[in-house]
Amino acid sequence: MQQKLIVIGAGMASGRVLEHLTEDAHDAYDITLFNAEPRGNYNRIMLSPVLSGEKTYEEIVTHDDAWYDEAAVTCRFGERVAAIDTAAKTVTAENGDVLAYDKLLFGTGSTPFMIPLPGHDLDGVIAYRDLEDTQAMMALGAGNKVVVIGGGLLGLEAAAGMAARGVEVTVVHIMGHLMERQLDEAAGYLLRKSLEAKGITILCGANSKEILGEDGKVRALMLDDGTELPCDLLVMAVGIRPNVALAQEAGLAVGRGIHVDDRMLTSVEDVLAVGECVEHDGAVFGLVAPLYDQARVAAQTLLGKEAAFVQKSLSTKLKVTGCDLFSAGDFAEGEGREDIVFRDPSRGVYKRLVIENDRLVGAVMYGDTGDGNWFFGLIKDATDITEMRETLIFGPAYQGGSTADPLSAVAALPPEAEICGCNGICKSTITDAIAAGATDLGAVRATTKASASCGTCTGLVEQILQVTLGDDFQMPAVQTVCGCTELSHEDVRRLIKSQALKSQAAVWQELGWRTPNGCHVCRPAVNYYLLADWPVEYQDDPQSRFVNERKHANIQKDGTFSVVPRMWGGITNPDELRAIADAADKYNVPTVKVTGGQRIDLLGVRGEDLPYIWSDLNKAGLVSGHAYSKGLRTVKTCVGTDHCRFGTQDSTGLGIKLEKILWGSWTPHKLKLGVSGCPRNCAEATCKDIGIVCVDSGFQIGIGGAAGMDVKETQLLGQVETEEEAIAVVIAVTQAYREGGKYLDRIYKWLAKVGLDWVQAQVMEDLENRKALVARFELSQSIYRKDPWAEQAKEAERFAPIADLTLEAAE
Amino acid sequence: MTWMDVGHINDIPLRGARIVKTPLGCVGLFRTDVAEVHAASNSCPHKGGPLSEGIVHGQKVTCPLHNWVFDLTTGAAVGEEGRIDIYPVRLEAGRILLDGTALGKRSAA
Ligand code: SRM
Ligand SMILES: Cc1cc2nc3c(=O)[nH]c(=O)nc-3n(C[C@H](O)[C@H](O)[C@H](O)COP(=O)(O)OP(=O)(O)OC[C@H]3O[C@@H](n4cnc5c(N)ncnc54)[C@H](O)[C@@H]3O)c2cc1C
Ligand code: SF4
Ligand code: FES
Repeated sequence: MQQKLIVIGAGMASGRVLEHLTEDAHDAYDITLFNAEPRGNYNRIMLSPVLSGEKTYEEIVTHDDAWYDEAAVTCRFGERVAAIDTAAKTVTAENGDVLAYDKLLFGTGSTPFMIPLPGHDLDGVIAYRDLEDTQAMMALGAGNKVVVIGGGLLGLEAAAGMAARGVEVTVVHIMGHLMERQLDEAAGYLLRKSLEAKGITILCGANSKEILGEDGKVRALMLDDGTELPCDLLVMAVGIRPNVALAQEAGLAVGRGIHVDDRMLTSVEDVLAVGECVEHDGAVFGLVAPLYDQARVAAQTLLGKEAAFVQKSLSTKLKVTGCDLFSAGDFAEGEGREDIVFRDPSRGVYKRLVIENDRLVGAVMYGDTGDGNWFFGLIKDATDITEMRETLIFGPAYQGGSTADPLSAVAALPPEAEICGCNGICKSTITDAIAAGATDLGAVRATTKASASCGTCTGLVEQILQVTLGDDFQMPAVQTVCGCTELSHEDVRRLIKSQALKSQAAVWQELGWRTPNGCHVCRPAVNYYLLADWPVEYQDDPQSRFVNERKHANIQKDGTFSVVPRMWGGITNPDELRAIADAADKYNVPTVKVTGGQRIDLLGVRGEDLPYIWSDLNKAGLVSGHAYSKGLRTVKTCVGTDHCRFGTQDSTGLGIKLEKILWGSWTPHKLKLGVSGCPRNCAEATCKDIGIVCVDSGFQIGIGGAAGMDVKETQLLGQVETEEEAIAVVIAVTQAYREGGKYLDRIYKWLAKVGLDWVQAQVMEDLENRKALVARFELSQSIYRKDPWAEQAKEAERFAPIADLTLEAAE
Repeated sequence: MTWMDVGHINDIPLRGARIVKTPLGCVGLFRTDVAEVHAASNSCPHKGGPLSEGIVHGQKVTCPLHNWVFDLTTGAAVGEEGRIDIYPVRLEAGRILLDGTALGKRSAA
């Protein structure tokens, strides 16, 4: 006699079960199929092409009426199963019908998770799961605005689909980069770039706070920083939860999903489950590949045959035209692994392989994913790759093939990219000159002026010569930043500007870094270049800083720290001194020392105490002295006209003014100033990075002094009449150094490269340029002129151990 | 093994580190990737530099005092003689779990 099979849910998994059943044993079961959606099985994953207009709904239907007829399946679409009695072996439909079963199959899928933000139940707040959601999005067009919460697979497909319809889409993602579960930062950066090119606005690291409505309908999304993003529709695509309510009520064992064994049997006899609603061996599922395996096993089990479901590695692709990405296996976790990275900036290609014990365990790629399945195969089969390790990254076709072109970053520059900042020369001017016969550096310099001024772009001009002339040009060897890149500091600086690279991930990718995220040598340099060139857009990365700058204190040989508060121009008062004395007592500071920079050093403070001692000092008005920074340190002054019988100007006052203007700014190396009231020079101004010597007729400004490993006397930049002018010149020269200097070159080294004449032309002669430099400095200072101690003291817990296992009672 | 919850992964900045005090001394937790943490001794075999204060890059950390570099997956110093102890870590739903037994805590049993 034919047994009765009732299937709950006409989804992608249960659809496959039906196919296997009807193919293998056409009339083993009398099948009834319930589906809450008012339609039969369709290919849910193809909703995205339907949304973008590349397919119609009819094209993605997998089982039509004719198929169900042929397979003799009784369809009850638009009907939900309301209850199950596993003892009586019956199900109750929504309309009250009670049907008996011999076998019952759950395929209820999952439900989208909706973040319970205020306003989540407004009209126009939807998920992305079924045809209805898709149609709501398809109803929009040019002139409409949509916000998508969630920068994962679904959210991005929704965003791209609507953008293709002319909708203005903003994606709000809480993590630092898109699809962080499948992609690393570099691939996330490239994906973001492609999506932005489609006109989609992407906000990463953005926290949603509230959905705002009007007359019961969504009006905007508000972020926790108060930003309002107006929208006509809000799509939440932040995750799914297995749909287990019905199973739970029926008394099946349920964890995150419905518990099933290897044969897809649940805890209750004659009840099976497949798809996203199940939990197998601790795992739940969200992609179709494993569901198809489950479906095959469930069909076998229903037919009384042996079969077992085994979990396998998964791979992901994104179904957005023009965003070619592939990710498989495990590239985020594991011990003893090694990375192989390949980047081709000119083609926008990034590939990273993760190897463990001579096996490939993970692969992420963007831009060129042709070999994705080959790599996926190596992962699944745990193939030993020892033999092909060297060439593995080039894929099956290139075993023993080519390597990346180290010059591709330069080759990729568009013709209008500016190469020589001093003279405003772009790439095409140089290539034109080369075509016209300028085949060496000297000739290019002579005809275009490129690299003829400060000279920091020399490396780039040479590379353009090489790219254009090929082997006809002999490249001189360059000093690269470190082993992560082929480029010199100067090249990296110029390329960050000319390609408008505004994140570290952008630098790593577009400039072809060989490592996933740099090293302790290049990261601090790149971080500095980015914040100096894009003070507003780029966010300083403390993790790319040496400990002193990250902790805002100097580390000592025993791991304790020193604390040096600022004493503006070397001036202090009894209250400040009392606060310092109190702090020294309170935090048991072993050594209190007067520094060579006219202030007081508290040495030997414990790392955990830093935020507290800072906050005590802050209360007395004392702020960080940046004694640890590649930035402004001290401005040493002498007593000047206030007290001294020889003083010609108010050197103390000028020193204090300069320190208040310059403090907090980051520079390629440390920056120390001195202001002396007369040529007797008691503030040692002539051996400082920038030194001012006051004279009767005004202010003599010198630069490039030092008294460390090299002792250098300043060179005279010029003399100005007024204090105002002196300040402007100091700011301008500081900014020129910030914009052009190589990381870890003090002013005297930078000066040796660019020449005093050039600096004089920039800040003494060209007054417009001086003004522009001052304006750019001020823009940067609008972000950085603040006390880092006050900021950090708010996060005291970050300075403490994350846990203390010595305290917990052991038994 | 006795797995002990010591905190959430987001308590450690990406490519940053925090320490855990243990009966064996301070252990550094190094967050090398979005969902990857390594546990290793906090003390540099060269002159005792606090490794958790170093720059974390790839799966390595550079000592803040004199720039020795350690591979956090093996504990070996790169290009130098020396190594640091590494300890098992598990991540479960964002929580960081350390093996108390390996860290010198007497097991409850
Ligand atoms: C505290 C202090 C010594 C003192 O007790 O007086 C000091 C202490 C250190 N100096 Fe200095 N320097 C101090 C004034 C100086 C001076 C004198 C001055 O500024 O007038 C110089 C020579 C002037 C100059 O810079 O040209 C000086 C030249 C150096 C150098 C060599 C720089 C060079 O370019 O050759 C270094 C090494 C470096 O920065 O790379 C250095 C580095 C250091 C470091 C930061 C070493 C380090 O990285 O750990 C020391 C930190 C000790 C600590 O834990 O606090 N220190 N150092 C002085 C702090 C001044 C302040 O109030 O901020
Ligand atoms: C837009 C989109 C794009 C996707 N893209 C991809 C992709 O590229 N690659 C990939 O691998 N995966 C993708 N997925 C995921 C994939 O679609 C799912 O993994 C798959 O559909 C799950 O199949 P299922 O059979 O478990 O559940 P579903 O396909 O969700 O089917 C479950 C059905 O059960 C019905 N149901 C629930 N409860 C009841 C009840 N009580 N009574 C009757 N019926 C009920 C539901 O209405 C639903 O129709 C995508 C998903 C979406 C939404
Ligand atoms: S001279 Fe400066 S760097 Fe050298 S030991 Fe003294 S404080 Fe340290
Ligand atoms: S103490 Fe670590 S390198 Fe010296």
